Amino acid sequence: MVGLAAAFGSGAMTNSIAEIEDADCIFVIGSNTTSSHPLVATRIFRAIAKGAKLVVADPRKIQLALKADTHVRHNLGTDVALLNGMMHVILKNNWHDQQFVEERCEGFEEFKQLIDNYPPEKVAEITGVSADDIAKIAEYYAKAEAASIIYCMGITQHTTGVDNVKSLANLAMLTGNMGKESTGVNPLRGQNNVQGACDMGGLPNVYSGYQAVNVIDNQTKFESAWNAKLSDQIGLTIPFMLSGLSEGTLKALYVVGENPMVSDPDIGHVEKAIKNTEFLVVQDIFLTPTAELAHVVLPGTSFAEKDGTFTNTERRVQLLRKAIEPVGESKPDWEIIQEISNRFGYEMNYESAEDIMKEISTLTPSYGGITYERLQGDGLAWPCPDKEHPGTKFLHKDKFARGLGLFHAIDYQPPAEVVDDEYPFWLSTGRVHVHYHTGTMTRVSPTLHAEIPEGKLEMHPEDGERLGVRQGEKVKVASRRGEIIAKVILTDRVDVGVVFMPFHFVETCANVLTNPAHDPIAKIPEFKVCAVKVEKAA
Amino acid sequence: MDYKTVLTTCAYCGCGCGLYLEVLDGQAIGTIPSKTNPINEGKLCVKGWNIHEFVQHPKRLTKPLMRKNGALVETSWDEALDYTVSRLKEIKEAHGSDSIGFFASAKVTNEENYIIMKFARAAVGTNNVDHCARL
Ligand code: SF4
Repeated sequence: MVGLAAAFGSGAMTNSIAEIEDADCIFVIGSNTTSSHPLVATRIFRAIAKGAKLVVADPRKIQLALKADTHVRHNLGTDVALLNGMMHVILKNNWHDQQFVEERCEGFEEFKQLIDNYPPEKVAEITGVSADDIAKIAEYYAKAEAASIIYCMGITQHTTGVDNVKSLANLAMLTGNMGKESTGVNPLRGQNNVQGACDMGGLPNVYSGYQAVNVIDNQTKFESAWNAKLSDQIGLTIPFMLSGLSEGTLKALYVVGENPMVSDPDIGHVEKAIKNTEFLVVQDIFLTPTAELAHVVLPGTSFAEKDGTFTNTERRVQLLRKAIEPVGESKPDWEIIQEISNRFGYEMNYESAEDIMKEISTLTPSYGGITYERLQGDGLAWPCPDKEHPGTKFLHKDKFARGLGLFHAIDYQPPAEVVDDEYPFWLSTGRVHVHYHTGTMTRVSPTLHAEIPEGKLEMHPEDGERLGVRQGEKVKVASRRGEIIAKVILTDRVDVGVVFMPFHFVETCANVLTNPAHDPIAKIPEFKVCAVKVEKAA
Repeated sequence: MDYKTVLTTCAYCGCGCGLYLEVLDGQAIGTIPSKTNPINEGKLCVKGWNIHEFVQHPKRLTKPLMRKNGALVETSWDEALDYTVSRLKEIKEAHGSDSIGFFASAKVTNEENYIIMKFARAAVGTNNVDHCARL
C-alpha cells in the first residue's frame, strides 16, 4: 500500500470490483485470482466473454493462465524488469497518453530516462520472457480503451514489493489508465478485513483514516476527542516487535485474532520471540499455535455472533449482523477490550458496535458519512465524507489524492536470496482455494478440510524424474533456516527449477523455510522467493 | 423449531460477498448467497458456501484460559481480566508504554480494530500497533 500511496496519495484499490467486467484489457500480475478472490475472478471471466484481452504474468501456470490471451512466466522476483520492459516498448511506439502525463503527473523526465535502459532484449535476459511476448503484452495493455491492473501478494511479498507496486502505478499513469471507469491499479487484499484494519489505524504510524501520528494537528485532535495524552513517536511494525521481543526490549504482546506462529516468515525466529515474551495475551476463537504459548487466552466471537462492519478490498463498508448467541462464555472482541480498558483506568462506555462507528465517523474524514442506517442495503465505498455523499466508486477522478500523480524511476534489483549449488530450487508460497490464511477456521470445516487436507509441494515432472521422486512420495525440503517433510505433486503448474507450497498448514509449515528479509519501506517479508534444496525423504 | 436467516458479510476473503446465515434453534446450519449484493450477485465460492461449518465447532474456545503451573487452565472472566490488567500495568510502570505491543487483526471488525488501537494509544500510550496487512 505504501507504493500506491507514494504514487497517488492513497493506498487502496482504485476501482470497484464490478467495473472489472467492462475493461478492454485486464493485466493480472501476482494474483492467483480464482483461488484467492473467486468472485473477482468471476468478473474477469465476464470481461473475457465481452471480448476483453487477458494478460497474465505469473511464474506458475495458474488457472487464469489457461484463459489468457498471453501468459508470461517471468523468473521469480523480476517484476520490475518486466514492467520496465513493457513501458520501454510503449514509449518507443508512442502508445502512451501524453496529455494525461503532462496534465496529471510529475516526475516523468527522470522516469523516462531510466526506462531507456530497459530494451526488451535486455529484459528478456533478466526475466526469461521473450522480447516478442514483452512487446505483445505491452501492446494489449497500452492500446486498450480501458485497461485494469489486478495484483495481490505475488507483487507485494518481495524485498522489492514497494518498487513493484510503484512500477505498476507508473504503467497505469503512462497510459492514462487512471481515474476512469474500468481502469486503475487494483490490489486485492488477502484477509477479509485488511482494508478495514488499515483504515481504522491498526498501523504504527497513523490513526484511523491514515491521519499521521506525528502531525501535531492530528495529535491534538485525537488528544481532545479521547481525553488522553498521546505519543507522537511512530510505533513498531510486526517484524520489529518480534525482534524487540527476542532482544527483550519489548516485554508484553497483546495479539487479537492473529496467528504469527504460522503466518510469519522464519517460524523458528518467531517462536523464539514469542517464547521470550514476558507477558503474552492472545484473544482468538480457537486455541491457535500462538495461543498455546500465551499466558492468558481470551475467547472472542466469530463473525456470526456479533454486529459490526468489514471493509472489503474495493473500500466498501458493509454490515455484519449477529445471527447466533456467542458460543460458551465467549464475547465480541470490542467488549473484551472495553472491559480491559475500564479496569486499566481508561474509561470506555460503548453500548454497541454502532456506538463505536458513531465515534469513528466523527474522527475519520473518509468515513464521515457512514452510519449503520445508511449501510443497510449495499453498503458504502469510502471516501464518503458526509451524510449526503453517495460513496466513491473509483478514486483519483479529476486529480490524484496527492495532487499530481508521481512517476518513480525504479531500477531492477535481484531478490534477496538467489539459488546456488547448495540450494538450487526457487521456493514460492501462496494460497489454495479452499483455505484461508493460517487455516484456523477453514481447517476445522469438514467440507473444506476434505477438499485439501494437507500441504503438498508442487514440482515440475522433469525435476521429479531427476530426483527420483514419484507422485505422492515424500521429500525433504530445506532452506538456510529450517526443513520440512511434505508429499510431492508433480505438475507443470510450476516451471522446471521452481517449487511451490501453500502456507496454511501448520504440520508442513512453509514458513519454516521462508526468508524474513523484508522490504525496507513496507516491511513485508519476502514470502514469495527463497532458495531451497529438495531430496527424497528416507 | 425456530428457523431464521440473517443477512451478513462473508468473513473468508476481501471480496466481501453478502450472504444469509441459516439459523435453526440457535445453530448456524447453512449459507445462502445474497442475490442483490453488488459484489456476488447470488454467487458464493466454496469457502463462502461452507462458512457456517466453523462457527460452532466443538474446538471453539468457550472460557478464558490462564497459565497456572505451566499449563493453560480454564478460569473466570474476572480472574483473567484482572490478571491481564495487573500484568500490563506492572510492565508499563517498570519499562514504559513502548515496552508493550499490539497486533490488531484483519479478521475482526472495523469497530474492534478501532477500539484496539484506541486502547493501545490512549490507555497504554504506545503507537506499537500493527496487523498482518503485510502478510
Ligand atoms: S464467498 Fe468466497 S469470494 Fe465471496 S467473500 Fe467469501 S471467500 Fe470471498
